[in-house]
Amino acid sequence: MAGQDALFEYLLRLGDNALILGHRLSEWCGHSPALEEDLALSNVALDLIGQTQLWLNLAGEVEGKGRNADKLAYLRDARDFRNVLLVEQPNGDFAVTMARQFYFDAWHYLLLRELTGSTDSRIAEIAAKALKEVTYHLERSQEWVLRLGDGTEESHRRMQEAIDDLWVYTGELFDADAVDAAIIRDGLGPDPASLRDLWLGLVRATAEEATLSLPQPGWAQKGGKQGLHSEHLGYILADLQFLQRAYPNATW
Amino acid sequence: MTDSLTRPNLDQIRTWLDDVPDPEVPVVSVTDLGIVRDVRWDDDELVVAITPTYSGCPATSVIALDIEMALRAKGLNNLRIERRLSPPWTTDWITQEGRQRLQAYGIAPPAEEKADKPSPFDRFLRKPLTIACPRCGSENTARISEFGSTPCKAQYQCRACLEPFDYFKCI
Ligand SMILES: [Zn+2]
Repeated sequence: MAGQDALFEYLLRLGDNALILGHRLSEWCGHSPALEEDLALSNVALDLIGQTQLWLNLAGEVEGKGRNADKLAYLRDARDFRNVLLVEQPNGDFAVTMARQFYFDAWHYLLLRELTGSTDSRIAEIAAKALKEVTYHLERSQEWVLRLGDGTEESHRRMQEAIDDLWVYTGELFDADAVDAAIIRDGLGPDPASLRDLWLGLVRATAEEATLSLPQPGWAQKGGKQGLHSEHLGYILADLQFLQRAYPNATW
Repeated sequence: MTDSLTRPNLDQIRTWLDDVPDPEVPVVSVTDLGIVRDVRWDDDELVVAITPTYSGCPATSVIALDIEMALRAKGLNNLRIERRLSPPWTTDWITQEGRQRLQAYGIAPPAEEKADKPSPFDRFLRKPLTIACPRCGSENTARISEFGSTPCKAQYQCRACLEPFDYFKCI
């Protein structure tokens, strides 16, 4: 795959992961179990939306067709989104939201850390900025996995269910395709497979301390990176894109 | 049109920026927080480089506007605000004056430790920070949440005087 095409695709993946997870977290605003958690979830969402702007603006710049972050976020159809399936999964209960966040944060942290060494200084700069924020996200989501896993009987049961149910979406994080191959070749980013051992190490250690059992690696649900999404993404976009679709170019 | 004879010098301009408050924590200025990274002349145009504290920080565009308005009020009309991402903002750039003002306002300033943590996952191995209560000074405090009213703050509570307070966390 040609370098520029792969780079555009890769930047969409980075931006769409942050956008869709940020949107999911924003759905909690006003509904969280406690005020502190409402603030925290909204703040993490805000960080992710900020990172979305940086990645998608760069994607638009690389594409060179005059699209910026807003156009890419609001005017693409589900088939053109490149986020992993994990981030579009429904919020469920608080345990599901935190398990999803922990799986993602641990991977996001490792990926961004590698991207700070990208041969493209624009990527390295955004990664360095985002990494500082994601370090706090990871600290927090790990803490919740520990608290709920090693908590009451009910919190343990719910966290165990969440860890089990979301497991099938974690394989995609480490799966490489032609886009990744071009990115690795050009020194722009890491081989996704190279992040797996460190990720698994942290997730295992956390699960153990939280008295949770981790499912065995097995069949993985994939496709999001190539635009093949679960039914959930369409509903997210209906909500996210409504205003710009109904009132094109509306501003405030 | 400003020519090099009548235009104010950069030190003068920096002192004007010292009076531009942060929109979210107005007791500290944009220079106290280390948001202003550079002030320079580009021919007749004044360029002020600013950096966001957090990538999603909604205050960044307000800060750019506040700086522009403050400088226009001083008669500088030919100016440009430049956004700079690298090196990423760190709480190490908050000045001593800024730290004292945060403390007096009731926000515990960032702990004095290196904000950069190079090795993987080492945050999870370090001991919890001791954050002193900005009101009574007690070190018997507990973290309530990693995030507070803005992304840059965490919520703590003092176990001595029982007051909740914000901690401006290291990044
Ligand atoms: Zn106190």
